[in-house]
This record gives sequence, structure tokens and C-alpha cells, in this order.
Amino acid sequence: MTGNLVEIRNLRVEATTDSGRRLEIIKGVSLDIAEGEIVALIGESGSGKTTIALTLMGYTRQGCRITGGEVRVGGVDMVGLSETERAGIRGTTVAYVPQSAAAAFNPAITIMDQVVEVAQIHKLMPAAQARAKAISLFRALSLPEPEAIGDRYPHQVSGGQLQRLAAAMALIGQPKIVIFDEPTTALDVTTQVEVLRAFKTVTRQHNIAGIYVSHDLAVVAQIADRIVVLKDGEIRETGTTSEILEHARHPYTQELLAAFRPKAQERVPEIETTANLPLLMVDQLTVGYGSRLRNGEPLVSAVQSVSLRLDRGRNLGVIGESGCGKSTLARAIAGILPAHAGGITFNGRELGKAGRSRTRNELRQIQIVFQHADTALNPAKSVEDILGRPLTFYHGTRGKARDARISELLDLVRLPKSVRQRRPGELSGGQKQRVNFARALAAEPTLILCDEITSALDTVVAAAVIELLKELQRELGLSYIFISHDLSVVEAICDEIIVMYRGQKVEEITPVRSKVPEHPYTRLLFSSVPKLDPTWLDGLQQDPEQVRTYCHH
Amino acid sequence: MTTSTSSGRRGIRLGYRANPVGISALGVILLWAVVALFAPHMIPHSVGEIVDTDYFGPVSRDLWLGSDYLGRDIFSRILMGARYTLGISLAAVSIACFSGVALGMTAAVAGGWLDTMLSRFLDALNSIPSKLFGLVVVAAVGSSIPALIATLSVIYTPGAYRFARALAVNVNTMDFMVVARIRGEKLPYLIASEILPNILGPVLADLGLRFVFVVLLLSGLSFLGLGVQPPYADWGALVRENIGGLPFAAPAVLFPSLAIASLTISVNLLIDNLPRRIRDRSPE
Repeated sequence: MTGNLVEIRNLRVEATTDSGRRLEIIKGVSLDIAEGEIVALIGESGSGKTTIALTLMGYTRQGCRITGGEVRVGGVDMVGLSETERAGIRGTTVAYVPQSAAAAFNPAITIMDQVVEVAQIHKLMPAAQARAKAISLFRALSLPEPEAIGDRYPHQVSGGQLQRLAAAMALIGQPKIVIFDEPTTALDVTTQVEVLRAFKTVTRQHNIAGIYVSHDLAVVAQIADRIVVLKDGEIRETGTTSEILEHARHPYTQELLAAFRPKAQERVPEIETTANLPLLMVDQLTVGYGSRLRNGEPLVSAVQSVSLRLDRGRNLGVIGESGCGKSTLARAIAGILPAHAGGITFNGRELGKAGRSRTRNELRQIQIVFQHADTALNPAKSVEDILGRPLTFYHGTRGKARDARISELLDLVRLPKSVRQRRPGELSGGQKQRVNFARALAAEPTLILCDEITSALDTVVAAAVIELLKELQRELGLSYIFISHDLSVVEAICDEIIVMYRGQKVEEITPVRSKVPEHPYTRLLFSSVPKLDPTWLDGLQQDPEQVRTYCHH
Repeated sequence: MTTSTSSGRRGIRLGYRANPVGISALGVILLWAVVALFAPHMIPHSVGEIVDTDYFGPVSRDLWLGSDYLGRDIFSRILMGARYTLGISLAAVSIACFSGVALGMTAAVAGGWLDTMLSRFLDALNSIPSKLFGLVVVAAVGSSIPALIATLSVIYTPGAYRFARALAVNVNTMDFMVVARIRGEKLPYLIASEILPNILGPVLADLGLRFVFVVLLLSGLSFLGLGVQPPYADWGALVRENIGGLPFAAPAVLFPSLAIASLTISVNLLIDNLPRRIRDRSPE
């Protein structure tokens, strides 16, 4: 048992809840990482993947503690060390790249000062040398203007660049192992490709071992040598990347893989209604933020002259990277953000631009479901109250009839009756999103705008939610507008797809045609979606000219 | 999950956990509340009756806390004083917090010119020094209990408004507020049903803190002779009446001060140690 850089043996971590109850969250995990090897920890949220990764630094989050086992990094047991001794190892032997680099950088200090801080704290090298090393790391991570980027402040670089800078910060102390904690989860697919590529090159060059925490199997397949599948604080399956991808044995792993396979499109038979009258027509819609300029235009326009058409019982997908105006478009259709110009025709009738100028019935027919169920559900109200309000408000349902309808709604979204009295904080992410959706259904709408509703969910849970949406469409004859940056989600459910880039509609495609998109941005977007094939990233050919045009603004 | 737990863990049944400091502070507050309610039945001597031949008398078997500058029983006077101190302060703080919080939430939800006007007006009110404002009002309309309550509540409304507005502005940006608005909900529902439940905890804590300020301001006004008028006296007035006993270390000046201290410190401690809701309620 020698020669491995990291040896975790029978690790147990316990958490104490606020009622004083003890919960074992890591139940005897053993794991080895050889020098230069990248091991991925994969599993749904709450499976303990980040907790295990953090124990490599001898760290547990507040309320947790290591109760058993050992974590040997380079022969030293992190569990037994004092806090001071651990501090000496952190940054020099083990380093950490957080999920949200934006939250990890101090906005008031320049990037360079923060990157070289590790070298200063551990007195590794003189300041000038540290700077030179930082610049060479910036170059290795293919950051633009490596000499000058360090003088900027964190808000002056893009999210993908910041994530690579966070990696530079981790690498400057020449660690033997780096913990990557979902570093690309918050990034757009097009940016993710660059970041992954940079990580892969640098870790290979310096022969750095890594522990890569993620819930995205396709991303992990690109970078990891071995994959460890976790569920409920226990290791379910370990194997090399190709073993896991091709011969997954554990049901949970198979479920994870299945969530990736494109499902056959099951279409609702076309309902011929009212002589081809479209359900929703959006004509030359322009939406913006900020105060009005002298010519009546908004200060910043997020959506510029977008037109679309949606027929009854059909689904429309809107895709594009963050900041392209897709959510703003949905908000304008719902009346949350009044459009500046253009028209919205629903069911043959022109709608008021602001929600306030629409009738209660018009508001009822278009419902919007937001991405973050955490903020979309009032944390102080029970599920019953949340679902009951639209029933009373729109339909005047009260008393027993209301109770019965709430039960029906919970059935529709496959939630047990026992959640009725619970508050959103006591539900899991997937359950919350179902409640969020059930509230929209309570209004009995004809059109539901889904704004990135699966982005915050794990792959398996997201797949289940998508299945649910399809079923509900069959049962209730709804139409969806599906806004997402995730192509696989949109392809799975939509009849037509609109691609947006910088507030404009660049292309309109149908999934059948989506294999051969025409617009260069669409092509870039489609080619950037990671595939389960481990050789995908290395074999990926993208026109560097296009990447430069569309990824850095 | 729905079955209530039957384990022996304390406070689990209620879903709240309190700590000993908070419980003892609550005990002191409840004690004063009982005293305020039943004072007429508890006092050993009448408030105005001169029972001691000596003034600033020491603690004795008959006069538990000594006598005041006229030889009246200070124990009885403190018990009766509790009614004024607690009663006036509670009424004033309730009015101040109710109007402040209601206006604050309205301003946050409505926004626009209403928010601007309310905020500027209440800021202007806030800029008047509270003691001076009290002095002016009492000098103008005279000192009566309703006038005192009204003055104190006007003084403390802007603070409550600012506090509630700051909290409500945060809640107002949440997606569930957007959902409620686009559902077509009107202002009263948005305030009472969506925002209030989310800010209730901090608002109650603020109410407790503001109660302490009101007690101290009332005592201050009474100390200056502008508060409760003789022969009745709240605790502040008791300290003032007997301030002449300070060189003699008379219990008559000591005990009213202790009464003020015990009440205000207890309220503060209670706020800092409010029972916390236990989120983990799954059975063992």
C-alpha cells in the first residue's frame, strides 16, 4: 500500500443537526489516488462528494467532523494533524478550486495580488518570482493577455476566465494534488470547453493529481482517469473512466448514464384546433433595462426585434448562453418586464405589455416557472398554502374542494401527500421544482414558460422532471416555451428551437435539422456540448476564430 | 416525517430550542408583567401614604426596600410604577412598530414616488433629537398618559420603518414576489401574506429592542419631570424624586434604578437568545 499520493481509509464524517441529532454522512469510504492521476467523484447532491474532497485538506464544513478513518496525503494523516500543521500543507501540497470563483475572489483586490498570496503566506518564493510564475500559469491556462490580466479586478474578467484564474491561484504553490469542486458547473457550454481544456493541459504538464467533484458524467469523462460513483455517503462503484462508461454495474450509475442517452421523441398527435390560429405570436419584440433615452429606447436593450410563433400543444425551445436575453424574452411575454416595442398576441388577442394591464384571465393562461425553486417558493409558507393561493385567487376554490384539488395537483407532479404541511426548506431540490411547477398548473394555464427549470437540478432528477413535463403535456394539452442553455434538455422536449445570441434570434431550427445548423454560433454551441466519449475533448475541432468571436465579449 | 417525535429531547415537540439565558430573561420579564397586572393587590402600603417617620429610611422588616424622601414605602411605589413603565412603553412600542412596519413594507412593495416621499418624511422626523422632541411636545400639550404614548410612538416610528423597509426590500426581490405580482395580487396580500411571514422574526426582535429604548426614554422624560405626574410615578420618576438620597446611599434611589436595569437587560438578553426553530425534525 505504498506509492499512492492519497490514501483514504475507512473515512467517516458525522454531522450534527440543529436538534442535536448526529448523522453519519460519509460511511466508511476508502480511496486511492496515484501521483498525476485524476479521480472524479460523481453523485447527486447530498451524496458526500464535496465532503470527501475537503477532507483531503483536513477540513470539514461547519457542524461536521471526521469521526474515523484516516486521510493520508503524501504519507501524512490529515486527520491527526493540528490546525497549524494543516495550514502549512494547504496551498502547498493540497490546493482547492471552488465551484464559484466569483465568490472566492475578493472584489477589492487585484487578481495578481490574490494569486500570489499563497506564495507569500508560505514564503515559497520572492514576490517577483511569484509574479513571473503566475504569468506563466496564466499563459499555460490560455488566458488572454497573460502579462496584464493580473492587474485587473475580479469583476473585469469573464466567468470562465475567473475560473481559470482560480486554478492559477491553486497551482502557484506547486501542489501535488488539486481539488476541483464542480469548477465548470456554473459556466456556459462554450466556455466550459475552454476551461476543461486548460485544466487538462496544465495538470498533465505539471503531473498534478486531481480530485474532480461533479455531477456531470460527460464533463468527468473528458478529464478523469478513474471515476468513483457515490451515493448516500458510500462508494457504489469504482473503475477507470471507460469501464464506468461502458460496463456500469451499479443501478445508480446506469441511471446516470441513461439520463444522458437521447430519448426517442414521443409527439402528441397534432390537435387540430380553430383553423391554425397560433397560440402565441410575438412580433418584433424589443425589451430593455434602464431609464429611457431621449429617442424612447431603453438604455440597455436585452432583446432586439425577436419574433416567434407557437402553435397550440407544441413546444418551443429558446437556447443561448447566459446574457443572451432568453430569460428577458420570457419575462416580457409573461408581462413581468414590459416590452419596449413590438406586439404579443395570445389566442388571437393582443396582450398588454405590462402584467398590470392584462386581465386576470389573461394572466392565468400564461404561467412562468423560474429556475431557482428556492427563491420562487415563499420559504415561510407551507406547500398547501403555496398551491392553494392560485386556486382561490383564479378559481375561487375554497374549503374541501380546494383540499381535494391540492391533492390532485400533488398527484399530478408525483409528490406524496405528506409534503402538504411542509415548507419549501424541508424539501429536496427536485421536490421543490415540482411544487414550483404544480403552482403553475394550479392556475390551469394554456402556456407555461419554463425558465431554465432543470439547470439547478442533478442530471437524474432533471431527466425525471422532463419526463413529467412530457406526461403532463399529454394529459393536459399544454404548450411550453422552454428556456435553457442545455441543448440536450431542449432537444428532448421541443418541436422548434430558437437560438439567441446577444439579444437577437440568430437561427430557428427543428430538432431533426439540429444536426446541421447553419449559423456559426449555433454550430459552436452544438459542438460544445460534452459527449460521454472520453476522447471527445481531445478530438474536438473548433474554429479558433469563431471561439474568439463568440466567447469573449 | 409527519409523525411527531416522541423522544426525550427537550423542546423537540414544539420544534424550538431555547437556551437557559433566554428562559431566565423571559422569567424576569414575566415577573414584571405579573407585577404590573396585579400591583394594586400586592402592595403592602398605599402609594401616597407616609408610613415612615424618617425619610430615606433603610431596608427594614416592615419597609422591604426602605422609604423615600417623604417617608413613603418605596417597595409599593416600585410595584405600582411598573404599571406605568410597562404599560406606557408597551402601548407606545406597539403603535410605533405596527405603523412603522406597515409603512415600511408598503414603501418597499410599492416603490416609486410613494417610497421616496415616505422615506424622506420619516427621515426628517428621525433627524429631530428624541429627548428634545419629547420636551417640546410635553411643554406644548402638557403631560398626560395619552400624550406620552403618542409622543413616544411618533419618535420610534421612523426607526421601525427603516428597519422593516430594509428587510422588505430584500424579500421583494425574490422570485416568489414576482410570481405573486404576475398572478395579479394586490398590495395588501403581498404585504401581509408574502412579505410579513418572512420578516417576522427580525421585526419581533427589533420590537423588543425598541421597547428597551422606549422604557429608557420614558424614564428619562420622567426624570426630567415631564413624564408621569405626582403622586403617581413610574420608575424614572422614582429615581428623580429620590435623587437627593444618593449621598446617603439610600435604597430609595438604588432599587428603582435596579428595576429599570433588570427589565431592559432582560428584554435585551431575551432578544439575543430567542428560541430557535429546529429545522431537522426527522424522526430518529
